[in-house]
Amino acid sequence: MRRSDLGEFEEVVLLAVAVLVPKAYSVMIAEELERETGQTVSTGAVHAALQRLEQKGYVTSVLGEATAERGGRRKRLFTVSALGGRVLTEVRSVRNRLWDRIVPPTLLEWS
Amino acid sequence: MNRKPCPPRWPDKLLTWLIAPHLHEEVLGDLHERFHRRAERLGGIKARRRYWREVLAYVRLSFIKRKPSAYSKPTNTDMISNYFKIAFRNLVKNPAYSFINIFGLATAMAVAMLIGLWMYDELSFDKQPKHYDRIAQLWQFVKFDAEKSSYAVLPIPLANELRSKYPDFESVSLAVSREAVLDATGNQKFTKIGKYVEPGFTKMMSLTMRTGTDAGLNDVNSILLSESTAAAFFGSANPVNQLVKLNNKRNLRVSGVYEDFPSNSTFSDVSFLAPWKLFVAIDAGAKDSQNKWDNNDYQIFAQLKPGADFEEVSAKIKDIRMKMDNPPGYKPEFFLHPMRKWHLYSDFKDGVNTGGLIVFVWLFGIIGSFVLLLACINFMNLSTARSEKRAREVGIRKAVGSVRSQLVVQFFSESLVLSLLALVVSLLFVGLTLPFFNQMADKQMTLLWSNPGFWLSALGFSLLTGLIAGSYPALYLSSFQPVKVLKGAFRVGRFAAVPRKVLVGFQFTVSVTLIIGTIIVFRQIQHAKDRPVGYNRSGLIEIRMNTPDLYGHYESLRSDLLGTGAVAEMAESDASITVQNGGMTNVSWRGQAADLRPLMMSNRITHDYGKTVGWQVVAGRDFSRKFSTDSAAVILNETAVKLMGFKNPIGEIITWGGAKYTVTGMVRDMVRESPFEPVKPSFFVLNYEAANTIHAKLAPQLPAREALAKVEQVFRTYSPASPFDYKFVDDGYARKFGHEERIGKLAGVFSGLAILISCLGLFGLASFMAEQRTKEIGIRKVLGASVFTVWRLLSKEFVVLVIIAFCLAAPLAYYVLSDWLQNYEYRTELSWWIFAASGIGALVVTLLTVSFQSIKAALVNPVKSLRSE
Repeated sequence: MRRSDLGEFEEVVLLAVAVLVPKAYSVMIAEELERETGQTVSTGAVHAALQRLEQKGYVTSVLGEATAERGGRRKRLFTVSALGGRVLTEVRSVRNRLWDRIVPPTLLEWS
Repeated sequence: MNRKPCPPRWPDKLLTWLIAPHLHEEVLGDLHERFHRRAERLGGIKARRRYWREVLAYVRLSFIKRKPSAYSKPTNTDMISNYFKIAFRNLVKNPAYSFINIFGLATAMAVAMLIGLWMYDELSFDKQPKHYDRIAQLWQFVKFDAEKSSYAVLPIPLANELRSKYPDFESVSLAVSREAVLDATGNQKFTKIGKYVEPGFTKMMSLTMRTGTDAGLNDVNSILLSESTAAAFFGSANPVNQLVKLNNKRNLRVSGVYEDFPSNSTFSDVSFLAPWKLFVAIDAGAKDSQNKWDNNDYQIFAQLKPGADFEEVSAKIKDIRMKMDNPPGYKPEFFLHPMRKWHLYSDFKDGVNTGGLIVFVWLFGIIGSFVLLLACINFMNLSTARSEKRAREVGIRKAVGSVRSQLVVQFFSESLVLSLLALVVSLLFVGLTLPFFNQMADKQMTLLWSNPGFWLSALGFSLLTGLIAGSYPALYLSSFQPVKVLKGAFRVGRFAAVPRKVLVGFQFTVSVTLIIGTIIVFRQIQHAKDRPVGYNRSGLIEIRMNTPDLYGHYESLRSDLLGTGAVAEMAESDASITVQNGGMTNVSWRGQAADLRPLMMSNRITHDYGKTVGWQVVAGRDFSRKFSTDSAAVILNETAVKLMGFKNPIGEIITWGGAKYTVTGMVRDMVRESPFEPVKPSFFVLNYEAANTIHAKLAPQLPAREALAKVEQVFRTYSPASPFDYKFVDDGYARKFGHEERIGKLAGVFSGLAILISCLGLFGLASFMAEQRTKEIGIRKVLGASVFTVWRLLSKEFVVLVIIAFCLAAPLAYYVLSDWLQNYEYRTELSWWIFAASGIGALVVTLLTVSFQSIKAALVNPVKSLRSE
């Protein structure tokens, strides 16, 4: 798996989509990420990442319903595709393997 | 605090403009939702502040990039050929509109092209010599009274002074223009204008020698002929080393033939170049002036070294004369007038260059672009007026799958077809009218067929016209919504006609301004023509005495001429009556203010001069042979008497150059120089030796041709060798108006065309309006409207426009023209009736144009107009 296939921010966004399905759209994702990381995340950045993910085929999207606070505009709802799911698990297993190989004394030193 | 906070507006606007349309909905929706959630949490103010950062986060290429079109893209050429087909069908379907458009545009382009050629010719004046940007003519400012005046004549010793003491000069040449009779042995004789110049002149002016060499200018007995003069004398024979006789006196050897000066050169009338040495040898005045610093009679041309600046060198040579031991009272300041400015910037006022013909280059340039603009406005107006009809086409095209950009291309290609057609027609027009235009403008212009610059500008110019003219329909018509148009709900709003009205108003403002301007120019010319000239021009002819045979026979020549019965009176003097030279400052009189040394015009005449030219003696008497004391008598003109301040001038004593003269008479001012300027103070004395011009008044009872034949006979007996060259004073006087008349005629023609073009547009517009309101007019007539009411209904709108246009044009014209008239000392009034007349004229023309259509519409039987659907 090449590094460029899934950037770090993209990975986080992809995970957030998986968490929030079926109500995963830019605003929700951005707020979720803000909550989790404590940093401000703009919908524009999230949206751009989602566009890239969609291009790569990791997510699919449909237009959802409109609400009043959106000024009557519809939202684009995202779901993780099968390919996206596979990529996520792959990334996770790579990490897990690496984590598992860290010797316990080192871990203790950090905490 | 009950109102819900809302996101700031204009970041949204920025985004809708910036990001791709298919993303608008989700992006703006996200932004607003986020805003509202934030507002609930943090309050409106913070949310707004954050909003900006949110918006900026969308400024990325992936949002800006437009979605590729979903429509298929047929090869462009297919569609373009379709556009052309539709364009031609439209042209054929509406022949009247097509005619107005093409004819109007073609006329305007032709006008612009002619003006362009004229401007090109004017601007290329005197640019032929290789180093024209380093050549200058010497001028001087002199101060006779309050203001500095400028003269291009200088003293001879100045040339040597410049040559020897000022290293900035590469070459300097004295010169003088003279008319001379030339004859080659056994051939015809011609009177030609030529220049006596020093050897450096030919190189300075980059003259090309056809045959022979220009070394002849070193040899006192040789002459250079222009190519056309040589051809006139010798035909195809080799002119070099042939003999030419000058003024029946001297035989000169032709040492070379040079290529003619081009017509757009200051020297275009120069037919021969003779050595300056020769001039010194044959002209007593020049011989006498060799070392005289105050005999300002000669031209000096100079070429500077590379890098020298005219201004700087002028500053260096300015005070050459005033630094000498005996500075004259008229305080001469020498300066250089660069060759590139000779033609267009030749006016000086009080020591400052005030332009000159360049004004007319500008003026005509402005007129040309206005005429072109008027035609473009017609085009735009007619297209927008027809937009309602074309709207249906746009609707169908869009419904079938046209994209907006295709419609834009379609309308542009349509207007480009029109403007290219107009270009072809205008080239035809220009080709046909150029000879007349040349005659009117006194030029020899040709269409620059082989000049790529000309083609480039002509094509560029019609492309530009097409783009400007087609911009409104292309950008406006293509924006119609097909649903509305096809349903028939499409209505041009109340204000849709506003830009059209503004454009028509503008057209009329320009037209009325041009009408007023033309009338004023003609009035000014007429005003000067009606000015009393102080003598009688009818039947007055002048013969220059350019052969020695005519000198010394005054009495016998006079009695012979009178004896033929063809001549009523004859006299001689030292100048033609249509010019004034011989300005003198060495005149003094009783009671003269100490610092007053005015320029007085001296005239040396014979006893019969007054009777011949028919001057009007106001006080005292004319010269008379009965009084032998008249040899020391002087006659003054009215201006001179006023200047000298005499209550009763008769009997006063005047000193001129040391000699005393008694005033015996006062004559009315005679207009001899520009008829637009005041007459200079002049005096007349008897002097038979100074004569060089014969004046003769033809007997009024004989037809001019018969009389001239008899006069010629007499001249033949005295000077069989010279051509009988006479000039009618009338012609010479008329030439003084040449410049103003040319300008007037050109301005008249151009403003006539401008009005024609405006009227064409108006005509088209009116016919369209009438057509559009056919039903309304039908119903009105059914309900009892008369023809007059309908006519008034349709004409009212245009009349209002014309009145508004007049209100704008009148002050504009007043401002511009009163400025122009300031150039003339003797000028006409800007009377109110001219403005009123042009206003009424414009109104009448408008009404005539519009009435044709509105009456036609009003006369239609309502049954017919209401039945049609």
